[in-house]
Parts: sequence; structure tokens; C-alpha cells
Amino acid sequence: MTPQTDTKRFPRGGVHPKDDFKARTSGKPLARMAPPAQVAVLMAQHIGASATPVVQRGDKVKKGQLVGEARGFISANVHAPFSGVVKAVEPRIFSVTGALVEAVIIESDGEGAWAEGLNQPQRVESMDAAQMRSLVHECGVVGLGGATFPSHVKLSPPAGSPISDVIINGAECEPYVTVDHRLMLERTDQIIDGLKLIMRVVDCETGWVAIERNKPDAIEAFEQALRGEPNIRVAPLSVRYPQGAEQQLITAITGREVPSGGGLPADVACLVHNVATTLAIRDAIRLRRPLIERAVTITGDGIENAGNFIELIGTNVADLLERQGVRPGANQVILGGPMMGIAQGTVDLPLVKGNNAIIVRRDVEAPLPRACIRCGRCVEACPLGLLPAELSITCEAGDWEAARRLDILECKECGCCAYVCPARRRIVQLIKQGKVELRRQKKKLEKEK
Amino acid sequence: MEGMLLVSPSPHLRARDDINRIMWSVACALAPAVAISIYFFGSGALWVYAISIGAAELTELVCLKMRGCPLGRAADGSALVTGLLLAMVLPAGCAWYCPLVGAVFAIALVKHAFGGLGHNIWNPALAARVFLQFAYAKQISLSEWVVPHKLWGPAVDAVSRATPLATEQVARGYHYLDLLFGNGVPGSLGETCKVALLVGGIYLIVRRIVDWRIPVFYIGTVFALTYLLPAGKEPAAWARDPLYHVLSGGLIIGAFFMATDIVTTPITRLGRIIFAVGCGILVSIIRRYGGYPEGVAYSIVLMNTCTPLIDRWVRPRLYGSRTPKAAARA
Repeated sequence: MTPQTDTKRFPRGGVHPKDDFKARTSGKPLARMAPPAQVAVLMAQHIGASATPVVQRGDKVKKGQLVGEARGFISANVHAPFSGVVKAVEPRIFSVTGALVEAVIIESDGEGAWAEGLNQPQRVESMDAAQMRSLVHECGVVGLGGATFPSHVKLSPPAGSPISDVIINGAECEPYVTVDHRLMLERTDQIIDGLKLIMRVVDCETGWVAIERNKPDAIEAFEQALRGEPNIRVAPLSVRYPQGAEQQLITAITGREVPSGGGLPADVACLVHNVATTLAIRDAIRLRRPLIERAVTITGDGIENAGNFIELIGTNVADLLERQGVRPGANQVILGGPMMGIAQGTVDLPLVKGNNAIIVRRDVEAPLPRACIRCGRCVEACPLGLLPAELSITCEAGDWEAARRLDILECKECGCCAYVCPARRRIVQLIKQGKVELRRQKKKLEKEK
Repeated sequence: MEGMLLVSPSPHLRARDDINRIMWSVACALAPAVAISIYFFGSGALWVYAISIGAAELTELVCLKMRGCPLGRAADGSALVTGLLLAMVLPAGCAWYCPLVGAVFAIALVKHAFGGLGHNIWNPALAARVFLQFAYAKQISLSEWVVPHKLWGPAVDAVSRATPLATEQVARGYHYLDLLFGNGVPGSLGETCKVALLVGGIYLIVRRIVDWRIPVFYIGTVFALTYLLPAGKEPAAWARDPLYHVLSGGLIIGAFFMATDIVTTPITRLGRIIFAVGCGILVSIIRRYGGYPEGVAYSIVLMNTCTPLIDRWVRPRLYGSRTPKAAARA
């Protein structure tokens, strides 16, 4: 293995949350369970414009058939995860926003057939970048690390911004979550294949597979598989949250900083894709296989049988929890990791593309926030050089303008500040609120013009 | 899933240190110095601690009640630390009402009148000490101080006054070792034994409760300036002896326990360095040219006053603020 001195890390801030849970599921291979009888496929489960339903109640759909069409560049298609009949097109709760979103409800007919032309080997060698990109677009691939940004957009860097480094993000710095770890162990070669395809699409020479040091077996697997591949390197990362955040990862590996004020990785010639996304891109280009399933870690002290699973998009979360067994006293369900995931008010929710984990916890009590004691721990912890203490105070006071001057819009909500806060302040929540207010004001101003 | 689900904002994990743990850790860090002060000054120290802590906690309860806050907060350790620190900067043998008035002033006026823990501008214990200095100058500075028990050597025969910076009989100067251990050195309760204070201070630095930059830059500045500044009012024997200055008076307790008060010091690293250097400059000037032998309390309270300004000016560099956007989109 590479010596420790090669370990890369981002230069400022970050935290090291205690994590007793990764060990609970990291040894459990991804399991495919019996499919559910019914799914609810949300039309808006990605960043950007909602997809528009293209099926109606009573329609028969095949596995992988388009049910929601992306209209607009920043949007993503959604597909039927199995063959069946559309029972309804009606609203369901979207776990990320808590809002009701139109969903296509499909009842399985038990047949496994893919729609015509899907899941077939493609003639990749003769494809050009545009054709590959359009396959990624067609297959509805979005960032599966949780950000759900449409992947075809990321694969189309702006003119004049050549990409010099493609980075596959296997940091998986969120505690508890182990799906990327498992994918890296179980689908190593396919991930490398996906990385090479991405490098082809954006015409880039250098590839990286970035993995935190707490996954030595994954580092080992890639080092083995990448022997004789001079253009692709494994980058072992120090175990530090948020090492897997796009900006921190780019800085750790290349030393470059993504420009503030809405800069893109492409501005510093980088392109980052999560491990699971890379696989989805690979499956889209190689097989024309739409994104209809994803890997999910189901864990937490409130879960009887924790593990890693391949689940269909649209599966009801309540059914998954029932299947894995919920322990008495469980009172919190988080979709996503414990640092950035969202605690849900109900589990009657469909699984969406961005859900990498379902965490059930027992006997959780939310600590009551107190006044900021100005200890400055949040300032130390912020990887971006913000002043979370001041941001939380200005947002609490409703002084959005002051928050804007404190660069609130740069915040990526990683949660390091609130993690270390001894006053248990809800810093991230206040910042989220401030951003919403500022966006609302901006919209209002634009309307008045 | 049965029952209600708890919806709370991310992150769903929290570090162990909360306000209570921090405050109680500070109290533990003070324990060695408190213990040695009780050895030095006996019952004369005990009742100062008792009145100061008792009054601080009682005032805390009353203020919490008046402000409609949960009374359980009186156990968060912050009033305890204020009471302890106030007693430590008072002399044994001061009038009984000094710790009482001081503690009430610290908690009610310096802390709660400004909105409670987190909102106070000045370190409550030090602001109270400064207040007592003005209000009861005679009872604090000129009263006959209790002679401390010595750790070694012959007993002190004379009644000492104030700190070693002011006593006439020590114009010749103390031995460094005596200063380091507080052996026979007069002074406020908790300030004399530097070793005990350093043990606690280093514990807090290791626990990352205080930023090492503050004591290092504060003491470093005093060290440099007492060497560099032209002679002033101090006895010639040790006027230009920086080590003597560092080991005398309240500098060590001030630098490790007062200037590091998390509420009243800047929130950025650079801000804390500015704060500490400012404290050091003020102490050096007051000690050398000012009307008081000691300037630690004033220096910290004055720099506390500057903290909001420092926090306004000093900001960490924003990630990515020096990277230009690609030409095509800029």
C-alpha cells in the first residue's frame, strides 16, 4: 500500500465524528431483495426542473420505460423500475424538501422484461462524446452521492474550460454510510470502466479514484486493478469529514480551489463524480440501462438487520424498514448520512435517486439550542472559512442582508459548525433559512424589475 | 414504525463538548490553584471562595428566574467558574462584602443584564474585580493582606502588601523559584502559584477548550515589551527582567484563564492573536508607567471591549475567493 505520507486532505476545517456504525455494515455485501409490489416514482427527485409525466393511469409500462420526461437542460428523466400498470399519477412526499411532488404509481405485473432496446450492450467504441452524453441524459443519471445534479450537465463543461482531472469520489466521509465502500469492492472494474468513459467524454488525460483511509480494502482493490494504468491513480485520503465534499476533494487532490461566488469545478479544470454515479454513467453508456435502482445502506441502532441493499427507485421506505426490522424505541429516521441527511416526519415516502442511506435511531433527544457563546469552534471547523457563529446570529435576527455580506450563499451546509457547537445551536437550519429568504428576495426584486 | 418521529435539523451527530462540559472542565482546571491557595491562606481563602461561589450561584438562579430561563442552567458551571475566578483574584483577608458584591455585580450586571451567557462583553469575574478596585480600593488594595504559608524556607515575618510588583521589601526581587511556586509570595488567592495555574492551563489547551495562541502571545508580548520598553517606575533590580514580570502578579492566571474566556474573546485565530498582543501591550505599559502596580485585569477588560471590533474586521479567507473563474464565464 502507498505510504501514509501520500495521504491527501483538504487544508482547513473539518471534523472527525465518532462513527461506530460503518463497521456494522461495511462487511455486508450489497443484497438484492424481492422487489416491492408497488412503487411511486417522483417526477422531481433531482436538482433542476421537474420531469413531466408521459404516462397515464391504466398505461402498461415496461421495465426501464420512460415515465417522466426531462424538459429543459438541467433536469432528468425518470423511468419505471419494473414492468407493470400505472395505477395513478398523484402527489407523494419528496423526502428532501418535505413537499408533495407528482409521482407515477406503478403496480408490478411480475414480469421482468426490459423495454425494447434497453439493457443491451452498446457499440461504445464508435461513439462520440455527444452520443455518450445523450445516453447519460436519456438514462436519467443524476449525482447519487446525494446532490442529485443531472450528470449529463456535469459531463458538458462550459466551452473554454478544458478538464484536466476527473476525480471519482469514493471518500464516503459521511458516518454510517457504506454503499460506496461496497460498490468499490464489488464493482471495481466497472467503476474504472466508468471513469475511463467519463475521461473520454470530457477529453481528459488524468483520472483519480479518491478513497478515505478507513477503507484500506477498497484502496487495495483499486491499486491492484489499476496496475498498468499510468493515467489513473488512487488517491488515499485522510479520514476527515467533509473530505467527500466536491470542493474539499478537489483541493485535497489538486491543490486548486473552486472559485467562490458560484464557481464550478470546471473553472479549475476538474470534474468529480461519485462512485455510484460513475457506475450509473457506465451502465447508461455501455448498456443503455436507465437509472432505476440504487445502493442503500440501511442502518442505525434502531434497525434489527442492518446492511447494504440494491433497491428500486420508488420503493416505499416504510416497507424497507419493516423488512429489516425496527427495534423498539426507534424515534428517528434519517434519509442520507447523519451529517447532512434529513430527519423525516413520516416513513410513508418513496425512495429517491439521492437516498444513499436510511438511518433509524433509538431514543434520540434533540438538544435545546442556547445562545452562542462565541467559542469560535465553528470558525475552526468550517472548511470554507465562513463565520458560522455570526451567520447563525444574523439569521436568527432576520438580518438577511448582513448574512449575505457574511457570504452565507457560499455555505454548503456540511454541518461541521453545528457538529462542534457546544451551545447546540441549529446553525445549519438557520443558514438554510437565510438562503431561502435571500433567494426569495432576489426573485421578488427581479419581478419588480 | 409506531409513534411520533423526531424531526430535528442536521447534523444529527454532535461532538461531546457542550457548554456544561466546557465550564466544568474549566472548573477542574482551576482546582490545583484553588487547592494550593487554601494551603497558602487557610480559612482566609476558604470563606472568600464560599461567599463568592455562593453569591454567584444564587444571583444566577435569581437572574435566570427573572429572565424566564430554565433554572437548570445554574448547573451549567458558568456561574461556578465566575465565582471561582472572582475569588481567585481577590486577596485573602479582604472585607467579607467584597466577594459578595463582586459576585452579584459579575453575574447580574456584567452577564445577565447584557442577555446572559454568550452576550456579555466583559469577562464577568474580571469586570467585577475592576469594579471592586474602584468601589472598595481601600478594602482590597490597602487592607492588610494575609501572610501566606510558605512551601519552604523561613516564615514571612512582615505583613506583605499587594503583589510582588508593589511591595517595598521585595524591591530587591524574589527568587524565580519562589515566584514560580508562589512560595511566600503575597498576592490574590489564586494567582500566586504559577505551577498550579500552568497545570490547569495546559490541561485546557490539550483539551482544546482554550486556544494556545492567547496565553502564548499575551505572555510573549509582555516578555518582549518589559525587556524593550524604557525604564519606568519599577525598582531597578528587576525592571528590565522579563521573566520576573511574567512570573509576577496576575499575568499567568490572566493569560490562561481570563483572557481565554470564550465568550469575551475574538472568534478567529488571528483575532485572538491581536487580542492577546493588545493585552500584552496594555499590561506592559500599565506596569511600567501606569498608576497601578498591576495591569492584567485592566488590559483584559479593555481588550474585551475591543473584541466586537476585532471580530468585525478579522475574517478568515473565504475558500475560493482568490481563484478566478474561467474566462469564458467570468
